[in-house]
Amino acid sequence: MEHMETYLYIALFAPLVGSLFASLFADKPKMLVTGIGTSTLLFVSWVSSVVLLMHVYHGDVVHVKMMDWIHAGGLYIPFGFVVDQVSATMMFVVTTVSTVVHVYSIGYMDHDRSFNRFFAWLSAFVFSMMVLVMSDNFAGLFIGWEGVGLCSWALIGFWYERESASWAANEAFIMNRIADLGMLIGIFLVYWNFGSLQYDVVFAQVDGMDATILMMTTAFLFIGAMGKSAQFPLHTWLADAMEGPTPVSALIHAATMVTAGVYLVIRANPLYSLVPEVSYFVACLGAFVAIFAASMALVNRDLKRIIAYSTLSQLGYMFVAAGLGAYWVALFHLMTHAFFKALLFLGAGNVMHAMDDELDIFKMGGLSKKMKWTMIMMTLASLALAGIYPFAGFFSKDKILEVAFAGDHYILWAILWFTAGLTAFYSFRLVMLVFFGEERYKIFGFHPHEAYRYMLFAMSPLAILAVIAGFFEHDFIHLVSYALPIEEYEVSHTVFWILVVITQGIALGGIALAVYKYSHGGFSKKWEETFIYKLLFNQYYIPKIYDEYICKPYAEISTIMWKDFDLKIVDATVDFIATSIYKSGMASRVVQSGNLSNMLRWMGVGLLILLVAAILYSPVR
Amino acid sequence: MITLSHYLILSAILFCIGLYGVYRRKNLLLLLFSTEILLNAANVGFAAISKFYGDLTGQMFAFFIVAVAASEVAVGLGLMIVWYKRRGTLDIDTLQSMHG
Repeated sequence: MEHMETYLYIALFAPLVGSLFASLFADKPKMLVTGIGTSTLLFVSWVSSVVLLMHVYHGDVVHVKMMDWIHAGGLYIPFGFVVDQVSATMMFVVTTVSTVVHVYSIGYMDHDRSFNRFFAWLSAFVFSMMVLVMSDNFAGLFIGWEGVGLCSWALIGFWYERESASWAANEAFIMNRIADLGMLIGIFLVYWNFGSLQYDVVFAQVDGMDATILMMTTAFLFIGAMGKSAQFPLHTWLADAMEGPTPVSALIHAATMVTAGVYLVIRANPLYSLVPEVSYFVACLGAFVAIFAASMALVNRDLKRIIAYSTLSQLGYMFVAAGLGAYWVALFHLMTHAFFKALLFLGAGNVMHAMDDELDIFKMGGLSKKMKWTMIMMTLASLALAGIYPFAGFFSKDKILEVAFAGDHYILWAILWFTAGLTAFYSFRLVMLVFFGEERYKIFGFHPHEAYRYMLFAMSPLAILAVIAGFFEHDFIHLVSYALPIEEYEVSHTVFWILVVITQGIALGGIALAVYKYSHGGFSKKWEETFIYKLLFNQYYIPKIYDEYICKPYAEISTIMWKDFDLKIVDATVDFIATSIYKSGMASRVVQSGNLSNMLRWMGVGLLILLVAAILYSPVR
Repeated sequence: MITLSHYLILSAILFCIGLYGVYRRKNLLLLLFSTEILLNAANVGFAAISKFYGDLTGQMFAFFIVAVAASEVAVGLGLMIVWYKRRGTLDIDTLQSMHG
């Protein structure tokens, strides 16, 4: 047991050491050692995570208290870490994807002048994420939560000299702040009502708790999850976050950070399972976001934004599973999704490099000849995303549909089923437009080339996992059964097969439609005139609505408050105090003339005043 | 019959004379005289009240004041001589070197 603690600390702190090391050279020109050093430490962390995963596989839990943190009055919060089956899974996912992304980034950021700074932030992100998933209390979770938010801000705005990048970074940060307020209130409610923030203490007391309190707690915590996982109506930041470097999008905005909201719901499952209203809301919102985001992905022309919307949509799937009480299915989909979505993003990074950072997929086409391996890997990832047997996405996504159907939530099921078709369509629309068909890039004068070989090698573990991860379903169930409720969603054998067949049917249909249409010149231009196309292309006008009805009124109110309230009342009061003191000083300055006869006169006045005072207040009288 | 009141009135008159001198005189030497009158006005008051109450503390205090006044004059005159040697005048308005 002793050495398991060591592994835990290595897994947790190796990324921090890497980050601090790289940050020493943050303002220096590129040094390859920062990239290699952080990647090696990440690999060490990955090995430790795998050892811990093996260790907890048979039901053991590693729980350590590193030190006391806050101990004041009745408030006691230790710095504790727990590796149970849920956090071990998360650690495995986080370290796997981040190791791959680190190695990949050495190639991707090759020519960037802030190479060292990039690795410092990237490793700092991994450390924060590890704190988030390993903490044994809500306070530690919140610290990790804010830490990943900060690193995400720094990495979205990595190319801060671009106006749009720093704008997107601020948008992401501010939107998350709004949601974090809800999360904080949730944590306060937990502390007030349970008297502790430790998971085990809190979850042991849930049975006797008042239903209203539980409902408020879970609802507020979910607001935090909505922000981090970019659920409607706080979703706009995710698409704009694509301004960051592509490895960042792969690691943070696809595989790890955005799934923190799902992790929170899974972690707090003893709370959520007692509040069916909130859970059902979670599921409905998830289903809504799934179809809402998928529909926006249908028409977008931006390579990365399409993948971002698909992330949003898949997060919706996870929330449906979590909301319906199938927490392990949510975690399973989280894992498989992390693998294939990170792969998809890294592939997109290769394409961007080849096309000199061009993102419009209508300017690409026919790239498969130049970039065979990228094409193969992205196609695999797209097949997994579309949920085609035997790729990883099939197992997890199909399970979510099965859960929805077995729980008699036919409307949710229908939405998800239809979304599966949309997913397949937009994934292969992207693949077809980028890799096949006419070589449109020639018109625009690009000279695409395949990425470095070691970048492709770095991607290959994800490609393998995207293909085979689904086959570990039974091991996975065995693993998480120690930590999460495993309910059997019994549908009869026939129904099960019908479900599989029609889901596969719509997915294959979507793929077939995309392949057929885009190999025959795509849709006609007339589509772009229709209302529905414009609605989808402008993201349901939501960014505009936010801008028009929230940002602008807010700016106006701020101006009014600034000019009328701040300047005229607050500043005026402060200024009045200052100027009155200043003026009285000027007025009484003449007293201090140094003229003895004047001083004597003042002395006489003082004497008189004291005399009068003595007479008026004499105790004898 | 001379009562306590007479002494106190004398003391008050002396005090007023001293105060007037302090206000009106511009010569530093006369200013010093005026303060002596002020001190002695207080002395008269102390002595009278001491007698009235049959308590020697007041008279003792008067002696102290006399002693203090004597030393004050000694020091003050010395300073004034130095000052006069430097400036050639004892007008207090010329003492001013600050400009508030």
